[in-house]
Amino acid sequence: MHVSMSVNGREVSGDVEPRTLLVHYLRENLGLTGTHVGCDTGYCGACTVHVDGISTKSCTMLAVQAEGAEITTIEGLASNGELHPVQEGFWERHGLQCGFCTPGMIMQSAYLLAEDNNPDEDTIRHGLDGNLCRCTGYHNIVKAVQYAGARMRSEEPDAPDWEEEGT
Amino acid sequence: MDCEHPHHLDAALAALGDDPAATVLAGGTDVMVDLSFGQPHPVHVIALRRVVESAEWQEGRIGAGVTYRRLERGPPGALAQASRTVGSPQIRNTGTIGGNVATASPAGDTLPVIAACDAAIEVASRDGGVRVVSWADFFTGVKQTSLRPGELVTAIVFPDPMPAHHEFAKIGVRNAMVISMVSACVTRSEDGTTRVALGSVAPTPLRATAAEEMISAETNPGESALTEFSRLVSAAVRPITDHRGTESYRRHASGVLARRLLERCLRREPR
Repeated sequence: MHVSMSVNGREVSGDVEPRTLLVHYLRENLGLTGTHVGCDTGYCGACTVHVDGISTKSCTMLAVQAEGAEITTIEGLASNGELHPVQEGFWERHGLQCGFCTPGMIMQSAYLLAEDNNPDEDTIRHGLDGNLCRCTGYHNIVKAVQYAGARMRSEEPDAPDWEEEGT
Repeated sequence: MDCEHPHHLDAALAALGDDPAATVLAGGTDVMVDLSFGQPHPVHVIALRRVVESAEWQEGRIGAGVTYRRLERGPPGALAQASRTVGSPQIRNTGTIGGNVATASPAGDTLPVIAACDAAIEVASRDGGVRVVSWADFFTGVKQTSLRPGELVTAIVFPDPMPAHHEFAKIGVRNAMVISMVSACVTRSEDGTTRVALGSVAPTPLRATAAEEMISAETNPGESALTEFSRLVSAAVRPITDHRGTESYRRHASGVLARRLLERCLRREPR
């Protein structure tokens, strides 16, 4: 079946098997391998992308269902060579260890901060409860999102907690 | 496999009328998981995501395509509470109430709310027109419904006005991405009429009618009435033991959960 959509601002189209999952279309047809496949069953959140601005697990959607949609993947988050505040936050606050969950974590964090750029810790943890980190690095992920929120509010982020501990 | 994307309900009904054996795909949170788990690929899929009519929501009539995301932000109460407990934000962004109903899993989170509120299921087909089916007639077994070939769930119809109080809660191993072990909804009207429905403790959502009758007669239930209510709920459920929980735990938890929800109804201001 023919499918066309906008991915990270670029119009793309091609023929796919109707059974092709959106995540496989992104990775294999478009070469956008930043979106990871973790569980294939909607559980782990590694494949989270934005479909028309709404965060979605791209393993629970067929590529042909995205016809005409605007898709944003991790590759489309930075603009003009500048990291998105969430990417910067994950860098600055060590929000990753092995990195497998990171693209999904960042996409979901960007979605939740777009709705509310000043979430409390509870809201962040609930907002990310569909994304699993097998390194269990949740502590720093929450700190990374708080850092990004502060940046988006044009405020100075809190000092990293490893500096607090050193005093 | 071949996939259709109708934009309107009549086109969707026509497609399903032509091929009643087609797989109907709503939010994809059940069908796509089955597919990725290695189930045989369906021959023909009718994807409902773009059917504009199904996203309509007027007062008590909630279109089948309304997502949990919209429900959790809708009028406060049991349906919003139940929707907030579904999956994760990404799942709630795509999963729909119509999909929950049509899948008819015993653990479907909106099902106890539908049963406690005595909501009805509106279904339609190209050849049979529209029917409104009571929830009790709709759910017939584990993932079994009285949908006829060629019929789609088009809306869930809640009573208007709703009972003054309605509360939902569920128990699972964690707060997210979990299939409930027990779920419950309790409603109470100003005149004391109380309804209690439970999920995950029988093949279909279940109403504890003896408990309802007993507590509805109590205008200001005290400790002994609440204890008896809890006991009657536990006696009414028909759970099984499986990998998520044991029969005895589910039976005990049903009574605890129902009592807790009733106490919330008694304590809170009307919705």
